[in-house]
Amino acid sequence: MDYVHLRRQAASLRKGLFDQGYLDEQFYQLEDLQDDASPNFVEEVVTLFFRDSTRLMANIDQALDKCVKDFNKLDVYMQQLKGSCTSIGASRMKTECTAFRECCRDENIEGSHSLSILNLCMRSFQKIKREHSVLRQKLESYFQLLRQAGPVECATRPNK
Amino acid sequence: MGSGDCELHVLAVDDSSVDRAVIARILRNSKYRVTAVDSAERALEVLEMEPNVNMIITDYCMPEMNGYELLRRVKGSRDLREIPVVIMSSEYIPNRITRCMEEGAEDFLIKPVRPSDVSRLCGRLRN
Repeated sequence: MDYVHLRRQAASLRKGLFDQGYLDEQFYQLEDLQDDASPNFVEEVVTLFFRDSTRLMANIDQALDKCVKDFNKLDVYMQQLKGSCTSIGASRMKTECTAFRECCRDENIEGSHSLSILNLCMRSFQKIKREHSVLRQKLESYFQLLRQAGPVECATRPNK
Repeated sequence: MGSGDCELHVLAVDDSSVDRAVIARILRNSKYRVTAVDSAERALEVLEMEPNVNMIITDYCMPEMNGYELLRRVKGSRDLREIPVVIMSSEYIPNRITRCMEEGAEDFLIKPVRPSDVSRLCGRLRN
């Protein structure tokens, strides 16, 4: 197996994630925390992220499906999701979470407006789901390449 | 206690599994012994059973009991009040920070928490 080629592919994929804004500086922080004592730390945290974010997004989906106009509740869910995005450096998702929360805060208490706000939230949430899906696919590919390439330190060192 | 870096026992409290993993990693890299729990209620159970907690670092926003309430419980307890409590939050809300500091918090950190934040705390605790 051509390990050099695999490492180059992994590095290229990783660079793309940063260049295209999917990941930000916080991801470097996670990489810096990884060491011999915890050699899979980044992948473990990312796995936790996708587990938690999938659950949170299911809650939000359910609330939106039922046309729940409890914007405070939606905002709480989204605050948690945004927090997790921040913690792993999921930059584009974080931006979309912020946009969603702006929708919730824009809501006018009067009933006639809340339906249009709900529609805005739904559209915003579709963007979040897309970003989540793309990020998941890219990170899964990245970690798969890393696993195939073997435990080489340079593959995970920051390339700032 | 050991030489060199802190060998202190820190209780980390956060309902987010991601944040719990990150703060625990940062603390362990700084040579702290870490117990990580997912709720303030669980933290109080640990504090009752475990006599040697040197610091509590807790998220502010948690369901049921939040970090502020945990802080109040700790500072209101004769047995626990000397334990420094650090609050973490993903939101910068000055009133929230003021309330926590007035209630006796050791520090208030904005997430994402960095190793440099923890080093600073370690230095203060050792002194």
